[in-house]
Amino acid sequence: MLKKIFGLGSDEEEEEKEQEEVEEEIEETQEEDDDDGKSLFGRLKEGLSKTRDGFVSQLESLFRSYDKINEELYEDLEEILIQADVGVQTTMKLVDDIKEKAREEKIKDPNKLINILQDDILEMLNQTEEDDEQPTILMVVGVNGAGKTTTIGKIAQRAKQDDKDVLLAAGDTFRAAAIEQLEAWANKVGTEVISHQEGADSAAVAYDAVQSAKSKETDLLIVDTAGRLHTQSNLMDELEKVKRVIEKESGPMKVEVLLVLDATTGQNAVSQAKLFDEAVDVDGIALTKLDGTAKGGVVIAIREELGIPIRLIGVGEDLEDLQDFEPESFVDALFDF
Amino acid sequence: MIFEGLAEKLQDTFDKLKGKGKLSEKDVKSALREVKLALLEADVNFKVVKNFISKVEERAVGKEVLDSLTPGQQVIKIVNEELTDLMGGAQSKVEYASDPPTVIMLTGLQGAGKTTTAGKLAKKFIKDGKDPLLVAADVYRPAAIKQLQVLGERLDQPVFSMGDKQDPVDITKAAISRAESNGNDVVILDTAGRLHIDEELMDELSQIKAAVVPDEILLVVDSMTGQDAVNVADKFDDTLGIDGVVLTKLDGDARGGAALSISSVTGKPIKFAGVGEKLEDLEPFHPDRMASRILGMGDVLSLIEKAEEEMDQKKAQELEEKLRKNEFTLEDFMDQLEQVRNMGSFKEILNMIPGVGNKIKDLDMDEGQLDKIEAIISSMTKEEKRDPEMIKGSRRRRIANGSGTEVQDVNRLLKQFKQTQKMMKQVGDMQKGGLGGKMGGGGNFPFFG
Repeated sequence: MLKKIFGLGSDEEEEEKEQEEVEEEIEETQEEDDDDGKSLFGRLKEGLSKTRDGFVSQLESLFRSYDKINEELYEDLEEILIQADVGVQTTMKLVDDIKEKAREEKIKDPNKLINILQDDILEMLNQTEEDDEQPTILMVVGVNGAGKTTTIGKIAQRAKQDDKDVLLAAGDTFRAAAIEQLEAWANKVGTEVISHQEGADSAAVAYDAVQSAKSKETDLLIVDTAGRLHTQSNLMDELEKVKRVIEKESGPMKVEVLLVLDATTGQNAVSQAKLFDEAVDVDGIALTKLDGTAKGGVVIAIREELGIPIRLIGVGEDLEDLQDFEPESFVDALFDF
Repeated sequence: MIFEGLAEKLQDTFDKLKGKGKLSEKDVKSALREVKLALLEADVNFKVVKNFISKVEERAVGKEVLDSLTPGQQVIKIVNEELTDLMGGAQSKVEYASDPPTVIMLTGLQGAGKTTTAGKLAKKFIKDGKDPLLVAADVYRPAAIKQLQVLGERLDQPVFSMGDKQDPVDITKAAISRAESNGNDVVILDTAGRLHIDEELMDELSQIKAAVVPDEILLVVDSMTGQDAVNVADKFDDTLGIDGVVLTKLDGDARGGAALSISSVTGKPIKFAGVGEKLEDLEPFHPDRMASRILGMGDVLSLIEKAEEEMDQKKAQELEEKLRKNEFTLEDFMDQLEQVRNMGSFKEILNMIPGVGNKIKDLDMDEGQLDKIEAIISSMTKEEKRDPEMIKGSRRRRIANGSGTEVQDVNRLLKQFKQTQKMMKQVGDMQKGGLGGKMGGGGNFPFFG
């Protein structure tokens, strides 16, 4: 027992044990919520608005509190948008547009502005359908702590449920125990994982994984990468190299890059998206940690300015809590405080 | 880049203010609107910004400011002071307990950087001659314990863990006993990341607090956090009564508005900043520097610190004295020149000076020009160096001949020096008010002008 308490001297057997414990842990978290069979939409709402009970939508109450449209109302609206992390520029743009439409269409009733606002945001989000029938290599990138590994675990689980063959690549060879974390998910979900040891070349891991995926005709290969700040140019160069290797070897497989973004991030997310996009051409965004009180409004600016669509949202710890992004629900939740 | 754009805009606005001999209330208000936008783009919380602006406005539209000789600078000074003040003013450290072990508890959202911070703090304590025990109390995230163990191995420092089947409260209690019997004088508790609205897990933290009574409860916050930072900090502080904040991932391009929001809402100081991937990359937090960063105003204090590394302290004090009394001479100029040249390239230095950064982009600094200046000053007599006013026509010719330069060069230098003297006086005045005694080497930009 003592040896175990003092974890340093752990031998292989113990590590295996730890690994098992880690897996059980994941299983437990999952089981706890397996029984509440809420619809996806219900879960989304629930995840997005845990603190919401008893509150009306902030927007509704705002517009209701004014009997005519005036400058103060617009200022209050600005406030709400900014507090949802929509950002100054996008907020101005939205408010200016609403003002103009209100003038053009001679709208007098404040309540009618809600629809204009929602339509405007939906238009900015301008979602397009993706087709995912082709075998795909999904490279997952993002800053430290955004939730890459967890998101990968959840994507893998979803794909397995759709009867797809999934392979994981432990490309985060930098952070301590990142490989173990991914392996734990892989074991839980029941997929294989290609890994080298810590400190190995991430591109080499990707290379091996792509070869393996091609020979096994895997439907989905997910390549984990180390978290890195978008401003660290040497690490961004390394990421470019990983992508180059993947693209060169991909053969019949489609290559996509998913940027994982923490919803609690503020305006810096625009900079993140921009620099990751410049380095590896981001195809979509997974917005994680939407189950807190953060709104993630910054993705509107990202979609608008950089044209990167939001694909997935994470609204909780459980495997089912990774969901397809639905703009309407997102916009609804944006204004629930 | 949005942020840079705003920083530039802000500096332009302030430049306009600086250029005005007299400011109206309207001038100040329109400048403050720019400040407001800059703060919002830097992710400072909306409510915090509102309060802040009204506070600054109250001070800035007062008679003293508007009627002063340099109203623009006064406004900037007020903004800077208030920002620094909001972030807790002076730098704040972790105090070691008089009765060891000092127990430090790290808390925060998922992905904020708690485990990495635990490793970095341990590294710092080891450097202080302490023997920290790292405690793996995150039993939820897969491989979190392993991550801390790997860090422990790298630091060659023990990691206490009981696997992920035990209650974190029991783990932390056992860890303290372990530290006591093992003689560890610092204990770092790495708790699991959790949402501030997760009642159950927040309660677990309260229980840990009650069980081990930590000396410091630190909230670890990602510096890129947006408007939500206040909700998170407020809730953690309410539940636990935090003692301070560690701001992580500051090595990116986040403007760090979260720092301002959190200090303002909790009134608790930010103690450390994570600034890189390596275990050494944890620095004490400087509110004043963060204020400059948020406003995109350059980093004078880092410049001064850099200068201090190179500069003779006694000389620096003498210089400060001279600046204050407006007795800065060509001799000092020469001294400064040498010391500044020890500090690195000219452009690098100028870049740290507020308001200069974006103006010298196109300026081609000729370092050879500096050799010339040195030669000219060396050719002057002691009296001339002390009182450049006495250098008239014939002396100028002599100096030019002696230094192998033209009379025009000597003229230019004297003119530059005069401008510099003027600027020095302004800088000196500014320091007296706000930035305090840290400005020992305040005279490190002698040829700015």
